[in-house]
Amino acid sequence: MSSEIKVLEKSIDKIVEIAKGFGLDFYPMRFEVCPAEIIYTFGAYGMPARFTHWSFGKQYHRLKMQYDFNLSRIYEMVINSNPCYAFLLDGNSLVQNKMVIAHVLAHCDFFKNNAWFRNTNRDMLESMSVAAERFHSYELQYGRGKVEQFLDAVMAVQQHIDPHYTIKEPKQKAKECCSKKQATPYDDLWNLDKKQDCSCGNGCTSNNHGFPEKPQKDLMLFLLKHAKDLEEWQRDIISVLRDEMFYFWPQMQTKIMNEGWASYWHVRIMREMDLDENEALEFAKMHAGVIQPSTKSINPYYLGIKMFEDIEKRWDNPSEEEKKEFHRPGGEGKEKIFEVRSIDNDVSFLRNYLTEDLVEDLDLYLFRKVGHDYKVTTIDWEKVRDGLINNLTNCGVPNILVENGDYGKRGELYLKHSYEGMELDVVHLEKTLPHVHTIWGRPVHVETNLDEKPVLFSYNGERITKKFI
Amino acid sequence: MKGSYIVSREDWSLHRKGELDQQRHRKKVKEAIKKNLGDIIAEESIIMSDGKKVIRVPIRSLEEYRFRHNFRNQKHGGSGKGGSKVGDVIGSDPSSGKASKGKGAGEEPGVDYYEADVSMEELSEMVFENFKLPDLKEKQNKKLASEAIEFRDIRKKGLQGNIDRKRTLLEVLKRNAREGHPGVHGIKPDDLRYKTWETSFKYESAAVVIAMLDTSGSMGPFEKYIARSFFFWMVQFLRTKYQHVNIVFLAHHTEAKEVTEDEFFTKGESGGTRCSSVYELALKLIEERFNPNDYNIYAFHFTDGDNLSSDNERCIKLVNKMLGHCNMVGYGEIEGPYYYTSTLKTAFRTIENPKFTTVTIRDKNGVYPALRAFFSDKREDGTVRMMQPLEDNVEE
Repeated sequence: MSSEIKVLEKSIDKIVEIAKGFGLDFYPMRFEVCPAEIIYTFGAYGMPARFTHWSFGKQYHRLKMQYDFNLSRIYEMVINSNPCYAFLLDGNSLVQNKMVIAHVLAHCDFFKNNAWFRNTNRDMLESMSVAAERFHSYELQYGRGKVEQFLDAVMAVQQHIDPHYTIKEPKQKAKECCSKKQATPYDDLWNLDKKQDCSCGNGCTSNNHGFPEKPQKDLMLFLLKHAKDLEEWQRDIISVLRDEMFYFWPQMQTKIMNEGWASYWHVRIMREMDLDENEALEFAKMHAGVIQPSTKSINPYYLGIKMFEDIEKRWDNPSEEEKKEFHRPGGEGKEKIFEVRSIDNDVSFLRNYLTEDLVEDLDLYLFRKVGHDYKVTTIDWEKVRDGLINNLTNCGVPNILVENGDYGKRGELYLKHSYEGMELDVVHLEKTLPHVHTIWGRPVHVETNLDEKPVLFSYNGERITKKFI
Repeated sequence: MKGSYIVSREDWSLHRKGELDQQRHRKKVKEAIKKNLGDIIAEESIIMSDGKKVIRVPIRSLEEYRFRHNFRNQKHGGSGKGGSKVGDVIGSDPSSGKASKGKGAGEEPGVDYYEADVSMEELSEMVFENFKLPDLKEKQNKKLASEAIEFRDIRKKGLQGNIDRKRTLLEVLKRNAREGHPGVHGIKPDDLRYKTWETSFKYESAAVVIAMLDTSGSMGPFEKYIARSFFFWMVQFLRTKYQHVNIVFLAHHTEAKEVTEDEFFTKGESGGTRCSSVYELALKLIEERFNPNDYNIYAFHFTDGDNLSSDNERCIKLVNKMLGHCNMVGYGEIEGPYYYTSTLKTAFRTIENPKFTTVTIRDKNGVYPALRAFFSDKREDGTVRMMQPLEDNVEE
C-alpha cells in the first residue's frame, strides 16, 4: 500500500474518532481515491453504475470541461448506501482530503438518520448496476435506437412520482362519497354494518366515479400499470427509473439541510485536528469557497450552515420570551440540531427555522427578470421565506396529476397541472407531451393555466393543439 | 477504530462509461446539426469565426425536455453582501438566449438551449457531403488534384488504432485449428493484422471560380451578410475539396475591380449599381488569364438585383456571352426588406440555358439551399462522370 494511503488512513482514524465523539452516527465507510474522469463520471450519472444514456454523456462533458478549465472542482462524491461509499478526488491535498472526509461523514450521518431517507434502498448501487446490465441487454435485443427513444420518453416524466407513497391513505371518509355532511363526527358509526360501497347512508352510489378514482400524483406508476401497449422491457424501464427517482428524491428534498449539516460538521471536526499554519490557511480558503454566497442563487452550503448555527445559538441561549413561552431552558443547542437533522426536510427546515433576523443577516431577497435585468423584488422576510419554500416545494417539480386515464371514453390520458401561481414552461411542455404519448400510445392532454386562464394542451401523435377552456 | 472504514485506490483506467456516453451524445449532436444545417450554417458565429477551429452552434433538439416551471417568470432567491434594497439590479442578461456555462445551466434563468462545440472541419464535412463542382470537363491544362486516403492493404505491423479485428481473429482461428486446438483463444503477436492505407492522387482539369459581389449602396448589412455567408462557404468548400482551384474575387458598384479575398469579405462600398461592369471585367479576365480550353470556369454573382434598368439589356447580352465560356453561371439575388418589382432576375428570365442557375434568398436559412442549388450535382447522365471528385468513384 502506498505511503500516501497510509497517511490518509492515519488522518481518517483521527477524524472518525472526533466525529464519533461529537455524536455523529454513520455507516461503515468505503473511501476510494479515484481520478477526475471517474469522479466526474459518477457526478454526471449520480451513481457509480447506472444505465447508459446520452444525457449523462452530455452532463459528463459539461462537468469535465468545467474541471479542465479550472472553473469548478468536485472534491468528493458520496453515495447513500450501507456501507457508505465515498470517492475522493485523486490530487486532493491532504488537508483537502481531511476536510472532505469530515464532510462526508456528516453526509453519511444524515443519510442514516434523517427520516426522509428511511425508505431509501441502501443497496441501490447493486440494484442500479444490475438494471444497467438489463438495459444493455435490451439494447442488444431490441436495438439501441428503440431503447434510447423509450428512455428519452420515460426520463422526460421521471420526476413525477409520489414521494409520499408510504403515507397510507385513510379509508375513504363518508363525506367524500357524496356531498351531504354528517351531522356529528360519529354518525358514520351507525352505518358500519351497512353495505360497504357507501357509508354515508344516503343511498348514494357515487363510489366509483372514474379512472383513476382520485387524481393520482404518481404519473410514473400510472403509466407503468395502465399504459396499454407496452412490452415487458418497457415496463421494466419505467419501473427502474421510478425506483431510482424514489432513491434520489430525499437527496433533492434535503439539499440545503444535507450540505448545511456536512459543512457545519467539517468546520467543527477540522477545528479539533492539529493543523499547522499552512494547513489552517488552506482549509480556511477552501471552506470560504464552499460557503460563498451567490447573488443569483441560494448556495445550499451557505444557507444550511448558517441556519444550523442559528438554531444552535437560539436553543443554547433562548430569549426571556422563548424561555417563558416555549419552555426552553437553554443549553439545548446540540440536542436541537440533531433533532432537526432527524425530522426535517428543506421545506420544513425553512418554514420552521428561517427567521426574520436570519433573512436580514444573510441579506436574502427574491429577484426576477425585468426586461434584460435581474431585479430584487422583495426583501420582506416572510415573502422571501415563502418564495424560497415555494421553489423548493415538490423539489421544484410542477405538480402534475393524472385526472383521467380514459378521457372521452377513448382511452386518452388527461393530466392536470395543479396551478398555484407558477406557470409551466410552454416550450418544454410542448416537447414533453410527445414523450408522454410515446409511453401512453394514445392522445394525451395537459390542463394548465396561462395568464390566469385555464388552457388545454393536447397531442394526438401528429401535432400539438392548444385551446383555452 | 479500524474496521469501520476502508481506503482503497483502484485502477480505473478501463472505466470509460462517461466517455462512451459522451460519444453517444456527440453522435446525437451531429445528427441534430445535419438536420438543421440550413439554420446553422448562416449563424453569425460561424461566418464571423475568423478561421477559428471550433465553433459553437445552438442545438434546440438536444434539450432534455420535461414538465417544468417557466423560469423566466419565476422569482428566485439570492443573497447579497448586506443592505440589498427592492429594485437593486443584481445582474443582467447580456444577450437573451446565450447559454451561460455556469453550474446547473439549464436551470438558470435565460438559458434557452444547448450549445454544442463543433470543429469547422466536422461541420464542413457535413455541409459539403455530396457537393461538387458541377459539370467538370476535361481540359488540356491538368493540375487540379484531389488527394485521398484509401485503406487497401493488410499488414502484420501497423498502428494500434488500425487493427483489423476480424482478420486478426480469423488468423487466431486458423492458427489454433492448425495446432489442433480449434477456437478463438490466445491471441499471439503474430496473429495481429493491421489495415494500412495508401494515398492516391487524382489529376483533374484546372478550374477557376469567379466570385462577383455587388457592394453598392443599396446592399444593406443584411444583403451583404447573406452574400458573404454564401461566398464564405463556397470558398471553404473549394478549399476543402479541391487542391488547386483558382478563385478570383470581383467587387462592383457602377465600376468593377478585382480585390483580394480579405477586401472582398470586409470592405464596404457605396454608390449605384451597374452589374454589366462586373460581367465585362469577368469576360476580360477569362480572355486574358483563363482560357476556356484550359480551365473549367464557374462564375457566381450575388446582388440585391437593384440594377440600373437601362443596364439590364446589356447584362443579358454579357451573361449569354459568359455562358459560352463557362461551365456554369450562377446568379443569386437577395430579397431585402424592400421589394423591387423590376429586378435583374426578372430580366434574366429570358435566358434559357441549362448552365445558368438563379436562386433567390430571403433570409439566413436560404444560404444552404443556394449552395445546394449551385454545387450539388443534380444533373442527369451525360455529364463527365470520370471527372467527379474521387470519393464518389471508389464504389464504382
